[in-house]
Amino acid sequence: MNDRIAAAFDQLPGYLGEHVLLSASALVLGLAISLPLAVAASRSARLRWPVLALASLVQTIPSIALLALFYPLLLALSAATERLLGQGFSALGFLPSLLALTLYSMLPILRNGVTAIVNIDPAVIEAARGVGMTDRQRLLRIELPLAAPVLMAGIRTSAVWVIGTATLATPVGQTSLGNYIFSGLQVQNWVSVLFGCVAAAALALIVDQLLGLIETGVTRRDRRHVLAGAAALIVGTAAAIAPTLGSGASAYVLGAKSFSEQYILSELMAERIRAQGFSARRNTGLGSMIAFRALARGEIDAYVDYSGTIWANIMQRQESASRQTVLADMEEWLRREHGVKLLGPLGFENAYALAMRRDRARELGIRTIDDLASHAPNLRMGGDFEFFARPEWSALRDRYGLHFAQQRQFQSTFMYRAVVSGEVDVISAFSSDGRIAAYDLVVLEDPRQVIPPYDAVILLSPARADDPVLHRALEPLVGAIPIELMRQANLMVDRDQDKLTPLQAARWLSEAAGLD
Amino acid sequence: MRQQPIIVLDHVCKSFDGGRTSAVRDVSLHVARGELVAVVGGSGSGKTTTLKMINRLVEPDGGEVAIDGESARGLPGYVLRRRIGYVFQGIGLFPHMSVAENIAITPRLLGWSEQAVAERISELLELVRLPASLANRMPAELSGGQQQRVGVARALAARPAIMLMDEPFGAIDPITRDALGLEYRRLHEQMGLTTVMVTHDVLEAVLLADRIVVMRDGAVIADGAPRELLEGHPDAHVRALMETPRRQAERVQALLEGKPTT
Repeated sequence: MNDRIAAAFDQLPGYLGEHVLLSASALVLGLAISLPLAVAASRSARLRWPVLALASLVQTIPSIALLALFYPLLLALSAATERLLGQGFSALGFLPSLLALTLYSMLPILRNGVTAIVNIDPAVIEAARGVGMTDRQRLLRIELPLAAPVLMAGIRTSAVWVIGTATLATPVGQTSLGNYIFSGLQVQNWVSVLFGCVAAAALALIVDQLLGLIETGVTRRDRRHVLAGAAALIVGTAAAIAPTLGSGASAYVLGAKSFSEQYILSELMAERIRAQGFSARRNTGLGSMIAFRALARGEIDAYVDYSGTIWANIMQRQESASRQTVLADMEEWLRREHGVKLLGPLGFENAYALAMRRDRARELGIRTIDDLASHAPNLRMGGDFEFFARPEWSALRDRYGLHFAQQRQFQSTFMYRAVVSGEVDVISAFSSDGRIAAYDLVVLEDPRQVIPPYDAVILLSPARADDPVLHRALEPLVGAIPIELMRQANLMVDRDQDKLTPLQAARWLSEAAGLD
Repeated sequence: MRQQPIIVLDHVCKSFDGGRTSAVRDVSLHVARGELVAVVGGSGSGKTTTLKMINRLVEPDGGEVAIDGESARGLPGYVLRRRIGYVFQGIGLFPHMSVAENIAITPRLLGWSEQAVAERISELLELVRLPASLANRMPAELSGGQQQRVGVARALAARPAIMLMDEPFGAIDPITRDALGLEYRRLHEQMGLTTVMVTHDVLEAVLLADRIVVMRDGAVIADGAPRELLEGHPDAHVRALMETPRRQAERVQALLEGKPTT
């Protein structure tokens, strides 16, 4: 318990700094856009309706979807600028998060700003014109000061929203306090989840109070309150951001998708690069497709993927093939199509598999997926967020004729809980998952060999394909990790008691595999 | 006319709905330096629109407005308005500024030195008979009458030659209203101002003005000294309007003498 809190505190400067940098940038940008827009909308009734309606519409898009949608958009934009100007930009991480949060920040500022300006006593406006103010003088001396208290209240709301929503930037590859929450959820480290929530809430509260101080100052026309609040905000922001600047530019970036094995392997790779005397940072919680694209574009330098995933999803190959054929074809195809280097397989497979509770399988007499097909209409199936959208599932469904009474999606931790508690009968498991043994599940055989092989392989980005440091650090991992060790390491992170952090599990794995 | 008119409206027109109806139609009006002209008429008669076309708070659709012999269109509207005092029923003191800051607004827009501004503020507070101690109060702390005194002081701050007043005392209780009217007349004399005052209160017009202009449906239907108009006019509407204060005065007189009042 205590060492998990200590581990969380160790990561705080980095996570907090990134979170503050992202939120502050989004707020400043949001304010810079919303304020002139609010003034324009307050001047023109014809503009007012569409502006406010659009801002409200943005608010109805779930924040995580908004963040995710900016990735393909920026990808297309980056490709366009690369064609036109010969220079693309990173479509992952900071930029999509910044744009989505900026959009998110706008509604309260716009709505409060417009309301405040429109509702100023018309006599005051008439007087401002009557004494001979220009439009600009009227805006700066009369309208903005009178609108300021209501406007500040909108900025406070906006700041709290942005700081809370910034935790959702983690899945698009932007480090934030959400890293505690997403990685904690993945490896069932509730201390980490709670730590992330508390940290984000505390940050939001502090910022809200400081903005409140400014609001009080603005309302009472007390310059000292305004200055004190603003100074505290600026100093706090600068102090939080300081650790993240300077670091990282030349560091190796290791990607990880959002499950325990990926966290452990990215830690393992990062440790080995550091052992070579270089700095390394991790970009974790990436979506499956985002990870490969990020690698191909050089936004991450290396990560572990699985041959079947590349085969079916990236290469769009329908047929199944032997392990060796898949690896050989893939190596050639990745180099030719993307310039990506396949460094080598780690030595274990992490295949999709259908798993059931041992007692339930025995009771129904199910051993293979063929057996399952005849019982399927009476059974309930649970899958992770990707499974039912993947080609492996359509292949399984079509080749075996699987039709379940019910299909449900779970975050993987809860998927295992569901099959253990009997809420679902069959789940989409991973063959290297330590929980299969720990929960006494059986993996159903695949006699028709529908599921392709899933060798874990290290991939290097085009720019780093021949990087000597990466080769020196990561080549010893090739063929060095047997399935039993990977399962044990995964279980150490996933189990309920005596949990290890992914870093601790990575160190254990390194020693157990004789890599040290 | 005693000399060259300081304000000239020449065949001025205004429509607010693209010409379907006219708020002001073909109004011509000359105001001599030093005159206090009251414009009276019912609501919708176009009196406020006519007033606002003098300082270009409303731009005329047709006709010419000239101030001191020069076209009002020769200057940006805000420059013109800094030279013309404007007082209106809504008062419109800036709620986030103190009394002193409200009064100082036009001098500061004109770039007066802070010392000149400060001197002017105390001079004006005295002129409108407000204690100097009110200078640092906020408008919300003042009574309605005090607020309009500040409104008058603000309008006078940059020493304008012309004052435009739109129902200036309309929202103020009757006793204060009477006092303020008389005091304003005194200021008008003392400072040699030219004033155009819009009011729907004929009695106020009769008691304060040198000259009364009666408007109806956007046009001027009578223009003369109060006494002349009280003595009779060919237009029935003007007669009815001017008889009101006389009839009220007669009823008050009758009441005092113990006779029946109807």
